[in-house]
This record gives sequence, C-alpha cells and structure tokens, in this order.
Amino acid sequence: MAEVMRPEKLEISNDVTSSLASQELLHVLAVDDSIVDRKFIERLLRVSSCKVTLVDSATRALQYLGLDGENSTVGFEDLKINLIMTDYSMPGMTGYELLKKIKESSAFREIPVVIMSSENILPRIDRCLEEGAEDFLLKPVKLADVKRLRDSLMKAEEKAFNNIMLHKRELEANDIYSQLKRAKI
Amino acid sequence: MDALVAQLQRQFRDYTVSLYQLGFLDDQFTELKKLQDDDSPEFVAEVLSLFFEDCVKLIGNMARALDQTGGSTVDFSLVGSSVHQLKGSSSSVGAKRVKGLCVTFKEYCEAQNYEGCVRCLQQVDIEYKTLKTKLQDMFNLEKQIIQAGGKVPQVSIN
Repeated sequence: MAEVMRPEKLEISNDVTSSLASQELLHVLAVDDSIVDRKFIERLLRVSSCKVTLVDSATRALQYLGLDGENSTVGFEDLKINLIMTDYSMPGMTGYELLKKIKESSAFREIPVVIMSSENILPRIDRCLEEGAEDFLLKPVKLADVKRLRDSLMKAEEKAFNNIMLHKRELEANDIYSQLKRAKI
Repeated sequence: MDALVAQLQRQFRDYTVSLYQLGFLDDQFTELKKLQDDDSPEFVAEVLSLFFEDCVKLIGNMARALDQTGGSTVDFSLVGSSVHQLKGSSSSVGAKRVKGLCVTFKEYCEAQNYEGCVRCLQQVDIEYKTLKTKLQDMFNLEKQIIQAGGKVPQVSIN
C-alpha cells in the first residue's frame, strides 16, 4: 500500500497531546517582589501539585519568557508555562503592565494570567479583568483559590484536548486521506 | 516520660492559644501551619525567619527615610512604600499586631505626619521583636515535646 502524505494542517502538535497524556504537572510562573510572599505562594502551589518557577520582578518574568528582546533563559520549546501568577504592586514594572505585555505577545497571550493584590480596589480589579486577566486574587491567597485555578485549568486543557481529538476523528471519517491519495498529493 | 510530654503539650496549647487571644497571631498563621507537613516540616519556621529578616530590612529603610539629620526633607512616599511592603508580608504570615500598626503607620505617611511616623516606627520595631521572642518560645516548646518523645498537638482556635 502506497504511503499517504498528510497535509500540514492535519498534523496534530505533539505538545498538546503529550502534555495531558504524560500527566505533566501544571507549571506556574509566580512573580512577586516580596520574599515572604514568594515562599508562601511556592508552598501553596507545591501542595497543589504544581511545578513552580519563582521570579522577583516583572522584568525577570519577561526575561524568563524571552520577551525582553534579549536571549531568554530557557529555549522556547522547553518552556511550557500553564499559568502566570503575578503580584500587582511591584517596583519598576507592575503586574498590570506585565499582564499587558503578555497579552500583546503572540507566543504567550493564551497563557492565563492571575493578578494578586493585598488591596481590594474595584477599579483596579476591573482594569485587570478588562486587560484579559484570568482572575484577581486578594492576598493572602488561599489554598482553595489555588486549587480552584488548577481545577479549571485542567478542565480547559482536557476540553481543548478532546476537541482536537474529535476534530481529528472527524477528518479521518471524512476520508480526506484517500481523496488526497487519488489527487496524488 | 508521658507525664512530661503531657505537661509540655498542655503548656504548648495554652501558649499558642494565648498568642491568638492577645492578638499576636491571626487565622493566616493557622493557614501556614496547615501547609506544613512531612514534606516540608520546617515550613512555618522558614517563612517566619524570612519575615523577620524582611522586618529588619524594611524598618531600616523606614528609619533612613525618616532621618532628618543634615537638614534633609522626609520623603513620605518612600516611607509609605516600605510600610506597604511590611503590611503585606505581616499579613501573609498572620502577624496581626504588626499588620495593625502598619495600617496606622500608612495613614500617618499619607498625612505626612512626622511625629506620628516616628512613633509608629518605634512601635513596629518593638512589636516585631516581641513577636519574634514569643514565636521562639513556641518553637522551643515544640522541640521539647518532640525530644520528650511526644507529638506536637494540633491547636484549634475558636
């Protein structure tokens, strides 16, 4: 039987299928200038079975993601961040400004960004949500908040995975491959 | 041995409860304890240690910003920024009195009230040191219980 060549668009990215298949931990990038809060959020995330990368500023977060124009610390292919949690008030670049930069980036705009703040200021919360923040958490962050985030992310990933698998099966059912074979592509 | 353990456990319980009742600690400290387990048996002590180092650093910043020697003017926003940070970290560890003082301190900064700020600076310095001593005593009781062959009891605060 002759080999059928699949066109590019039918190829399913290995990234999506393998991340759920291999049961990888959710990788969270946590940004906070307070060493106490970094220690605390790290523990909350570890207890919730997440892999954690901690940085102490928005600038370092951008460096880590490779969005600062310089060479990033990690190669893009190795970088699989599922969630970014950032403090709002930080010296230099704020969490809000970081949020904007991430949403402007084609590579990272799909990554959910959660803002954390010790201050319950409604206009601030609105502004962040309008800019595309996934959620706004009041500090001190609760374990229940983190678990809720993790559960909703896992659901979203599972849903995306299922959609792709469904799409793949539909295409196969439509017998596109054999049509292409006949067209000698 | 059992009588000693029981006595130490009682002491520990009473001491811990008093820290909450006297307002040194709040619910957030309880949350910290919940996060401590066999995987991270020193978690509470580690966070508190970072907090006390933070206190030294931030209070130093505040003192420098409030220093008027040589005729320099006080930058109240600079003081306020350090107070805000201390308020945040005290809130994260359940240091209730320190946090409360920071709220007052912040108001004095916003009002640019120099005397008020200096008073708050002195009070917050005393307060964090007092808490540090009290927690040291609490951790020592825990150690003694363990050394006597007992387990540190879970203390529920009503």
